[in-house]
Amino acid sequence: MSDLQELYRDMVMDHNRRPRNFRKMDQPTCSLEGYNPLCGDRVIVYVQLEGDRIADIAFQGSGCAISRASASMMTESVKGKRTDEAEGLFQAVRDMLTRPPGSDFDEDKLGDLVILAGVSAFPTRIKCATLSWHALHTALQGQAATVSTE
Amino acid sequence: MTSAKPLATDVAIGLSPAFDVARIREDFPILKQKMHGKPLVYLDNAATSQKPQAVLDALIRYYREYNANVHRGVYAIAEEATARYEEARAAVAAFIGARRPEELVFTRSTTEAINLVAYAWGGANLREGDEVLLTEMEHHSNIVPWQIIAAQKGARLNYLPIDGQGRLALDDLEQRITPRTKLVAVSLMSNVLGTINPVRRIAQAAHEAGALVLVDGAQGVPHLPVDVQDLDCDFLAFSGHKMCGPTGIGALWGRYELLDAMPPFNGGGEMILVVQHDHSTYREPPLKFEAGTPNIADAIAWKTAVDYLGGLGMEPIRAHDRAMVAYALPRLAEVEGITLYGPHDPRERGGAVAFTFGGVHPHDIAQVLDHEGIAIRAGHHCTQPLHRCLQVEATARASFYLYNTFAEVDALVAALRKVRDLFPDES
Repeated sequence: MSDLQELYRDMVMDHNRRPRNFRKMDQPTCSLEGYNPLCGDRVIVYVQLEGDRIADIAFQGSGCAISRASASMMTESVKGKRTDEAEGLFQAVRDMLTRPPGSDFDEDKLGDLVILAGVSAFPTRIKCATLSWHALHTALQGQAATVSTE
Repeated sequence: MTSAKPLATDVAIGLSPAFDVARIREDFPILKQKMHGKPLVYLDNAATSQKPQAVLDALIRYYREYNANVHRGVYAIAEEATARYEEARAAVAAFIGARRPEELVFTRSTTEAINLVAYAWGGANLREGDEVLLTEMEHHSNIVPWQIIAAQKGARLNYLPIDGQGRLALDDLEQRITPRTKLVAVSLMSNVLGTINPVRRIAQAAHEAGALVLVDGAQGVPHLPVDVQDLDCDFLAFSGHKMCGPTGIGALWGRYELLDAMPPFNGGGEMILVVQHDHSTYREPPLKFEAGTPNIADAIAWKTAVDYLGGLGMEPIRAHDRAMVAYALPRLAEVEGITLYGPHDPRERGGAVAFTFGGVHPHDIAQVLDHEGIAIRAGHHCTQPLHRCLQVEATARASFYLYNTFAEVDALVAALRKVRDLFPDES
């Protein structure tokens, strides 16, 4: 498989075409807008917390296939999880995307998110894939502002 | 430049014997490179152009043979460095029709040249309630410096709007230039739309109202025959790296009496006459604005680039750009789902062609093209206000220069069909 096919895997393309949890949430516990000034990707992540559990999560925005698919997959992977588990996934995603070429990463922990592993071969696209995760991370920390990947 | 009358060079469409693109390509070593195993198709010339071997040689020759600081040493190689540096100033000044070399200040970039005017001229001349008139198609480098100085001075910014084809709407130009307008800052050629602006007409209206005119020539100077007397402007900012020269070197041309009346921009060595404990006196332009050791090597190599372009002739280079666009616009329009931005008439535009492709994000378009060996740009191209006007977040942009061929346009069109294969539902 070429690098390009590794990047645009079928599951990525499917999430881009039919993003999950792609909606506005009226009264989220917290929400945050992420912005990538390099390419203009913009994503707003909405979170509904019940105690320390993510009861519901949604997102809106516009961006490339990678940023949109990554945001969509993120919402599926953290829904129902505790906030510290979501933080753990964020770290695991970041480690996967920024790892040295050819090195291992925590596949078991990541589940379907491993499909994004091919992004690591495209340094300019790593920020696209992590934008929504940065927004979630900062939203959970209660910092209500725009987060930038720069 | 935007006159409807075709130039004689229109006849020599494209790859005519008079303009031998195959031979020109031999001068640019990078064009023999491959990208992802495919021949490099470099279509990002609005970002930066490639460099001919002669420019690379000039850089190496300076560092190998006469590397010394300028305007200081009395030894032979220092004198040679100074002579070559000042020769470069004269050559670049002559290239844009300056009356004298002293009207040309070397800077780092077009951006720095505009900042120089904003801070030095604007700092001394803008007052509360004054207006600076920009256009909606300006690059951030011709917006943000004005925002900063306007905020300091209590001045306000106004914008000339664009029409549906990305041309300046100038019907009410005389009303938009008010008695409070002190400066009009306009690009000669848009880096996104390719639009060539009627600077001379704008300058006449501005001067009648007592306002000065700054032209952002970052795109225009590399692609058009430019004569500042003919443009009738007061300042021209431009740089080397988009016109076959090195990065890190640019220039501000200004009318001498304006430069002479302006306070310095940066303070330091080189720009002073006498430094006392509590004050200093400054040199005359251009050295007044060149504090610190200048970018000697790149200035000298920029002259080589200017000589190279001058040898080919800016009229034939302009004709080639126009032929490329005349070929590319209908070819791209054949691709279903493509939306093209900018003027429809190749006589009204330069070699930058911005487009969107259905719902495929420009970043994804550029990624697939990269895999085919094709370099284009995707994003807002440092023109967020313009993209807001166009009501798109981002565009893809292919931009041509003197070494590009019709075959490379064909490669672009073929690669766009591969984008559609990959994104069948979005394109």
